[in-house]
Amino acid sequence: MIYLTRRAEFSASHYYHNPAFSAEENRRIFGKCNNPHGHGHNYTVEVTVAGDVDDTTGMVLDLKDLKAVLESEVLQLMDHKFLNREVPAFATKIPTTENIAVEIWNLLAAKLPSGRLHRIRLYETDDLFVDYYGD
Amino acid sequence: MVSLTKRYRFSASHRLHNEALSAAENTRVFGKCNSPYGHGHNYVVEVTVRGPVDPSTGMVMDLGMLDQAVEQEVIDRFDHTYLNLDVPNFEGKVPTTENLCVEIYNLLRSRLGGANGSARLEKVRLEETSSNSFEYAGTAEENPGSTMREKR
Repeated sequence: MIYLTRRAEFSASHYYHNPAFSAEENRRIFGKCNNPHGHGHNYTVEVTVAGDVDDTTGMVLDLKDLKAVLESEVLQLMDHKFLNREVPAFATKIPTTENIAVEIWNLLAAKLPSGRLHRIRLYETDDLFVDYYGD
Repeated sequence: MVSLTKRYRFSASHRLHNEALSAAENTRVFGKCNSPYGHGHNYVVEVTVRGPVDPSTGMVMDLGMLDQAVEQEVIDRFDHTYLNLDVPNFEGKVPTTENLCVEIYNLLRSRLGGANGSARLEKVRLEETSSNSFEYAGTAEENPGSTMREKR
């Protein structure tokens, strides 16, 4: 079993707000992330695929295919977007780094040409990242 | 379950020296790290907590709480100290980065124990330099479902 990781970057804005909370609670819980006009990050996503090496190609999966799926399923949806307004999943769910990682997993898991999705690692900044293994 | 990792920094000095060994043995085992007055590093510590995402906040843990725990338990204790003499944690123990990594895990475990279903400490990764790093995820009893043991 080999684990293969591909990295991609996208830039997006978001803000944290739960309509079930009062304005004061939202400010207390989310702090400056509650600014209603949003703020942005350069996200880095690492997609790790686990699989056996194909005898004829020496590959777990074709990197071009992984790049294409990542582009069509994730980057086109999220890059240069205001996640709260422009990505349907975040109409009702707060686009925290945790929730974005889970959403990326959900977008990619069924679309991989081969191998099995092992981990989504999403960096919000160099000093903050989350890992999701699908469980 | 989602794992969240945040990086923090502190600077400290240390000397690798074991009183039980002869001077020649200390020099042989620890090399230039045995230099008598110590030497320093800019340490980077990565703290990973793991837990369910709270549906009302979308978060695994309030980052302010994590910052406070790391600040109080790690940064305030070790930053700008000589680990051998200024902190009690290394009395009778060589302050290698391995031992420092385990010490930080144990200090944080008491604060990030996962009370009331919140996220709990998963792993500490400590960089001594950009080329050397050490990881510790507790004992199998302390952290049975560790991603370090099971996810790779």
